[in-house]
Amino acid sequence: MSTPRQYELVYIVTPEASEQDVADLHTQIEQIVQRFNGTLDKTENWGRRKLAYEIGKHREGTYVVETISGSGELMKEIDRRLRVSDLVIRHMIVRVDEELRVAERTRAARQEATARRRVARGLPPERQPGEEPADSDTEMTEGEDIEGAEVQQ
Amino acid sequence: MKDERSGRAGRDKDKKDKADTPRRGGFFRRRRVCKFCADKIDYINYKDVRLLTPFLPERGKIQPRRISGTCARHQRKLQVAIKRARQLALIPYVTD
Repeated sequence: MSTPRQYELVYIVTPEASEQDVADLHTQIEQIVQRFNGTLDKTENWGRRKLAYEIGKHREGTYVVETISGSGELMKEIDRRLRVSDLVIRHMIVRVDEELRVAERTRAARQEATARRRVARGLPPERQPGEEPADSDTEMTEGEDIEGAEVQQ
Repeated sequence: MKDERSGRAGRDKDKKDKADTPRRGGFFRRRRVCKFCADKIDYINYKDVRLLTPFLPERGKIQPRRISGTCARHQRKLQVAIKRARQLALIPYVTD
């Protein structure tokens, strides 16, 4: 294994489970992660949420999102454990590191292209503080119109 | 590059004007701009329900590209995100 893999684990716990149950489940997962020399990067508890459709007989559930770095074997073990767990009504593991890398690359490419355009226009590559929102992410502003006119000269 | 940019800005504006003008058939012409390109969203997060719901008409089906105007690349990513969100019961498979 050359590059570290990052996974996202989302699981839905039955609404009947107490807060303690949810906490126990979390520590269980933490232990598995430690056993396989992985790291638990982030945990997010969304709390109780209505399900879009019934799972089993449940209409709502507690959502927990965990970001884990580790090997495939680790995730396999977690998957197995969650599958046999009665408390967890649904779970999903997604590998995210590759997707995030791609997203990061496109973002960097766009930033670079913006910088190049700005330089070609005789502006400093980075947007200066106090400058009109030129390549803004928001809606078009008057600043943009003026700039367009400039370009056409 | 420069010209392309200003051209795009111009086109955007035209489309905005036309956005809600009815066409001959009485249909509404949609603004055909990819939402994800326009908002510069690189990663379509399947946990972000609010991002996905505009692409799900009443029945809960995935809106085709020809209607939403999403570009091919982002439609592919959107499709995956919607399917993941469905598995997690964040959005429905079907609604009657």
